[in-house]
Amino acid sequence: MATTAPLTSSKPAPRTGGGRRSGPLARREALWGLLFISPWILGFFIFTLLPTLATLGFSMTNLTLENVSNSRFIGLENYQRMLMDDQMWSSLRVTLVFGLISLPVSIFLPLLLALLMNSRHLVGTNFFRTGFYFPYIIPFVAAIFIWSAMLNPETGWINQALRAIGVANPPNWLQDTTWVYPALVIVGIWGVGNAFLINLAALQGVPTELYDAAKIDGAGPFSTFWNVTFPMVSPVIFYNLILTVVGLFQYFTVPLVLNQGTGAPGGATMFFNLYLYKNFFTYQNMAYGATLAWFLFLVILVVTMGLFWSQRFWVFYAGGDRK
Amino acid sequence: MATTAIDKTAADQPTAQPVTQRRTRRAIRWREVWGKLITTVVGAILLFIFLVPLIYMISTSLKTMGQMTEAGAPWYPAVPADYTTPDGKTYPVYEVPTENGTEDLALVKKGRKASEFVDPNNPEAGNIAWEGSWRALDRPWEWSPTWQNYADAWTQINFPRLFLNTLAIALFGIVGTLLSGILVAYGFSRFRFPGSELLFTLLIATIFLPAAVTVVPTYTFFLAIGWVGTWLPLIVPHYFANAYNVFLLRQYFMTIPREIDEAASIDGANPLRILINIIVPMSTPVIIAVALFHMVFAWNDFFAPLIYLTSKPDLQPIAVGLARFNGIYGSKPPLIQASALMASLLPIFLFFISQRVFMQGVVVTGVEK
Repeated sequence: MATTAPLTSSKPAPRTGGGRRSGPLARREALWGLLFISPWILGFFIFTLLPTLATLGFSMTNLTLENVSNSRFIGLENYQRMLMDDQMWSSLRVTLVFGLISLPVSIFLPLLLALLMNSRHLVGTNFFRTGFYFPYIIPFVAAIFIWSAMLNPETGWINQALRAIGVANPPNWLQDTTWVYPALVIVGIWGVGNAFLINLAALQGVPTELYDAAKIDGAGPFSTFWNVTFPMVSPVIFYNLILTVVGLFQYFTVPLVLNQGTGAPGGATMFFNLYLYKNFFTYQNMAYGATLAWFLFLVILVVTMGLFWSQRFWVFYAGGDRK
Repeated sequence: MATTAIDKTAADQPTAQPVTQRRTRRAIRWREVWGKLITTVVGAILLFIFLVPLIYMISTSLKTMGQMTEAGAPWYPAVPADYTTPDGKTYPVYEVPTENGTEDLALVKKGRKASEFVDPNNPEAGNIAWEGSWRALDRPWEWSPTWQNYADAWTQINFPRLFLNTLAIALFGIVGTLLSGILVAYGFSRFRFPGSELLFTLLIATIFLPAAVTVVPTYTFFLAIGWVGTWLPLIVPHYFANAYNVFLLRQYFMTIPREIDEAASIDGANPLRILINIIVPMSTPVIIAVALFHMVFAWNDFFAPLIYLTSKPDLQPIAVGLARFNGIYGSKPPLIQASALMASLLPIFLFFISQRVFMQGVVVTGVEK
């Protein structure tokens, strides 16, 4: 399996015959190619580029639903207001706190499960693989209701199990301003299926010769993991990391479904993206919502660029092409 | 246990050399067995914990509301036991402490300080007098699933309506996502044109663009052309290809040897003909995978249908309907769990009949870049 080249490498398979071609044949090929990708180009303009630019435009006006006709250009005023907005900072803090709790689980739980599945000692690998993947298929709204019921402080099985093993005052989970974050991680735990499968495939793709060589060199299990396994699966960990981080910055549907986006308990689930959508759809302040949206876009851009840059220190591409 | 077995064999052997060899071989075999056993048991326990909520969902969906609020009720669907006499009278059964230990007896005559019971297994023996307050007694629970929750959820949530809505939105979307995804992936995998690498990078980069950046202008646009309150905003955008599917299809197309389409090209087939007659038939697994991904996506999609169909409950898909239902019946967990299970059935069914293709598709998007 050709496992490892980064996200954006896009070289088409080399042509037989080679050489640079030009003239009518090449022009015809280019025309066909552009024709085939034209649905995406069209869609990119209509549903991505123009709306993104329009949002940027909105963010520099005072557009709200009431003053559509009187709205005017106000420069960077909204951005100034945003920097003074305590609610914005609090929602950003909520997002970061949850992200810091959730990220390690999203990265390491699938990796650990995949390592277990990849163990030569495990009997019935296919059964386990299907078992750990399949809750991913359950519609997330249904999964939210299942897990939030499991987390019910009185009737939920999690607290009943905790009481059974002697925890006198188990947490109030989703109703507690501190415990709500681990609770939300638990609610999302069935989502590890994809990352788990991808990790497993990467582990299975590590050439056995590398393990044999490590054995001959006298490497123990931990040394083998750090020097062989981890570098070989690091591109896949990177891929999961990028998607998880991008997803975490936009986290809001679970609290929206759980408590209609009120931020309960006590604003602890007023995530940045939720605050943003509230500005759009509840306060109908398009200009300020657009400002928050562009700010989010820039934050995600900076963070992902930072992560791409960090690859050089910890991501190993066996093919050698890192671009 | 292992050592005694080895010692016995060792005693039977006259020479030392083969003994140690056999010993190590046996020790290795035992280590192998223990390793397998421990790993598999750990895996099974983890999987059990992972899937316990499914048992919770099924069990709760079969409970009565009475059982939910009762302290000391069992984890499985049950009702307090009753005893019906041959002449048709029903008495509640209690766990009564007697000199023979605790017995399940039916309460036939209530009294403040003393009551009369009858033994359901031996009613001919007549009434048994018992000193004490019957109110302090617990009732034994009897396994009894309540299927009524499913019937109630089915009608109150209008399940057939929601199901058909989701299915229709999903199927129209699948057609679009396949048509556009196949065309665009073919373009990126087989043709050289100026800027093709840049455009492909741009396509992949759209994954990082937060949806919030496009939502209001897009909503305004759909409002202006009169599509808000219809399914069109949930279907039409999928006719313009998305990054994940194009990537997956392109990866697959690139594994099809070019010689095959070049041969067809020499025979005079144009690129569209090659796509339809050669590439598509050879790509059935990945096409099925993309269709399934879209199906799952449509079953999960929540926010877009919420904003576009707020005023049209009759057109909403299942995710939105389920959330609305929870808002109304949140205090009735059995109904909620029954509806959650009904909403999950089709995706689960599709996954199990096609799991190999499905999981392979996930792996390709993640690993083979």
